[in-house]
Amino acid sequence: MTAGQAIATRDLTLSYGDTIIINELDLEIPKGEITVFIGGNGCGKSTLLRSIARLLKPKSGAVLLEGEAIAKLSTKDVARKMAILPQSPSAPEGLTVLQLVKQGRYPYQTWLKQWSTEDELKVRNALKATGMEELKDRTVDSLSGGQRQRAWIAMTLAQDTDTILLDEPTTYLDMTHQIEILDLLFELNEKEKRTIVMVLHDLNLACRYAHNIVAIKNQKVFAQGKPEHVINCGLVKNVFGMECEVTMDPLFGTPLCIPYGKGRCILKGKGFKDD
Amino acid sequence: MLLKTNSLRWAGLFAAALLLLVLMSFSIVYGYTDTTWKMAIDAFTNFDGTNEHIIIQSVRLPRALIAAAVGASLAIAGVLLQSLTKNPLAAPEIFGINAGAGFAVVITVTLFSISNLQVFTWVSFLGAAVSFIFVYIIGSIGREGLTPMKLTLAGAAMSAMFASMTQGFLVINETALEQVLFWLAGSVSGRKLETLASVFPYLLAGWIFSLIIAGKLNVLSMGEDVAKGLGLKTGLLKLGAGIVIVLLSGGAVAVAGPIGFLGIVIPHLTRAVVGIDHRWVIPYAGLLGGMLLLIADIASRYIIMPQEVPVGVMTAVIGTPFFVYIARRGFNK
Repeated sequence: MTAGQAIATRDLTLSYGDTIIINELDLEIPKGEITVFIGGNGCGKSTLLRSIARLLKPKSGAVLLEGEAIAKLSTKDVARKMAILPQSPSAPEGLTVLQLVKQGRYPYQTWLKQWSTEDELKVRNALKATGMEELKDRTVDSLSGGQRQRAWIAMTLAQDTDTILLDEPTTYLDMTHQIEILDLLFELNEKEKRTIVMVLHDLNLACRYAHNIVAIKNQKVFAQGKPEHVINCGLVKNVFGMECEVTMDPLFGTPLCIPYGKGRCILKGKGFKDD
Repeated sequence: MLLKTNSLRWAGLFAAALLLLVLMSFSIVYGYTDTTWKMAIDAFTNFDGTNEHIIIQSVRLPRALIAAAVGASLAIAGVLLQSLTKNPLAAPEIFGINAGAGFAVVITVTLFSISNLQVFTWVSFLGAAVSFIFVYIIGSIGREGLTPMKLTLAGAAMSAMFASMTQGFLVINETALEQVLFWLAGSVSGRKLETLASVFPYLLAGWIFSLIIAGKLNVLSMGEDVAKGLGLKTGLLKLGAGIVIVLLSGGAVAVAGPIGFLGIVIPHLTRAVVGIDHRWVIPYAGLLGGMLLLIADIASRYIIMPQEVPVGVMTAVIGTPFFVYIARRGFNK
C-alpha cells in the first residue's frame, strides 16, 4: 500500500444473487486524480462504484479506503472521508437547496454537537463552489436539471471529504450542462486535490477529464491507465463491441472516438466500415 | 408552507398547544348533559357528588384526554409511515394495523366470548403489533431489504386478509357482531381513565422516540443510497421507526378502536403549515392530530343529539374528501 492510493479493492467479488458481476478484482485508484469507470451497459461499473461506496455488500473480498478495510470502519467515519452521489438522486418535494446542502453535514453531527460554525462555513463554501448561493432558498424540484445536479454536488462538497464518488453525474443533462458539471468537478480536483471517481457514459468526455481510465469488461478490469495510453480502436471494439476510429481531440489533444455505423454519409467511401 | 421562519414555528407550536388545551376544556364542558364552565371547575376543585360533577370527572375528562392522546398518536404514526414508505396515502389503517387489531378483538369475542373493554385494549394492541410485524417482515424479504413498495403491498395484503377474516367470523356469529360493532367503528367515549393509563407509557415512549429520530428521518427522506452515503444506518432507523409505529398506532387502536383518516390527513395538513422538516412536522402533527380528534368528537355529540355518531365515522366524513384530493393531486404530478 503506497501513499498514492485513495481506494483499493482486494479480491473483490460482487454478485446479484448467483450472478457474478465483478470477479476477484484487485483495483487501485490513485489519490488526487480523476478516475473514470467506462464499459458497456450492464458491465458492472456502477455496481463496482456502489460497492466502493459501501452501498452494496461484496460477496467476498474487501474495499480499502486509505488503506483500511471499509467494512471495519464505522459508517460515519467513512462518510467523513468519502462522499457518494448516486445516479439521479431525488429530493423530497419542497426541500430547499440550503436544506439539501445542510444534510451533507450529517456525518459530523452528534448528540452533543448539533450544528456548529464549522458546519455553517462548509455549507457556505459548498454553495459558493457550485455557484448555488443565489438559488439556496429555491426548492430543489423547481430547479433545472443542471442546477439540480449542482445542488447535489454541493451537498457532497459540504460533506468535506477527500474522495467523491459520482455515478453518472451527467445523465439527462444537455451538452452545455454536461460540460458545466464536469468542469466543476475538474476544478475541485485541480484546486483542492480531491480524488474523484465517477462512472461516465460519454467516452470522449471521459478521455478529456480523466487522469485515469478504468475499462471494465467480463467481470474484470480490461485496461487501466491514462486515456491517451489505453484508448484505441482495439479497446473500444473489445469493451464496447463497437467499430470506431480513434483520433485526437482537436481542442484538447486527448483521444477522440468516432464510431462507424449507418447514417447520412456525405464523404465518398467513408462512414461504413467493411470487415 | 404557512410558517416560514423558526421563530414563527415556535410561536405556532405554542399557540397550537394552547388551542389543544382550549379544545380539551370545550370537550369537558359541552355535550348532551348540560354543564357550565363553572361546574367544570367546581368538579375538580369543589366536588359535590352531583350527577354533573360525576359526568365531568368520570366521562368527559377521560374522553378529552383520550381524544387528544389518540389523535396525536395516530397523526405521528401517519407521519412516520408516510416517511418510511414514501407513500402520501400511507396511514396506520393501510398497513394492517387496524385490521389486525379488529381481527384480534373479534376472535376474543367470538371464540372466547369475552366482551370487556379492558381486555379489548390488550388484545387489540397485540393484534395491531402482530399484524404490523408481519407486514414489516414480509416487506423486508428479498435482497434490498425493506422497500417502500414491498411494505405497501404487504400492508394491503395483510389488511385485506384480516378484514375478510373479521367479516367471516362476524357473519357466522351475529351476537358477536352487536358487541364489537361499536368498537369497530372507533370511539373515544365510554372509556375509563385506566384504559388510557394502561397504554399511556407506550404512547409517551412513542412520542419521545419519534422526536429523537426526526432528524434522521430527514436524512432518510433523501433516498436510501444518499442516506447510507451520509453514514446513516438506514436499516436500524427503519426498524426503530417501525417500533414507534407499533407503539403509537397499536396503543391508539387499543384505546379507541380503529379510527381512520387522521393518519392520512394530519401529516399533509402539517406539511402545509410547517414544511417538510420532520423535527417540526412531528410535534405539529401531534398537536394538530389531537385537535382534530377533539373537534370530531365534540361535533359527534351534536349531529344526531341525543344520540352520538362514533368518532371514527366523523373522521371518515372529514377525511374522505381530503383523501380524494391528495390522490388526485398526486396523480396529476
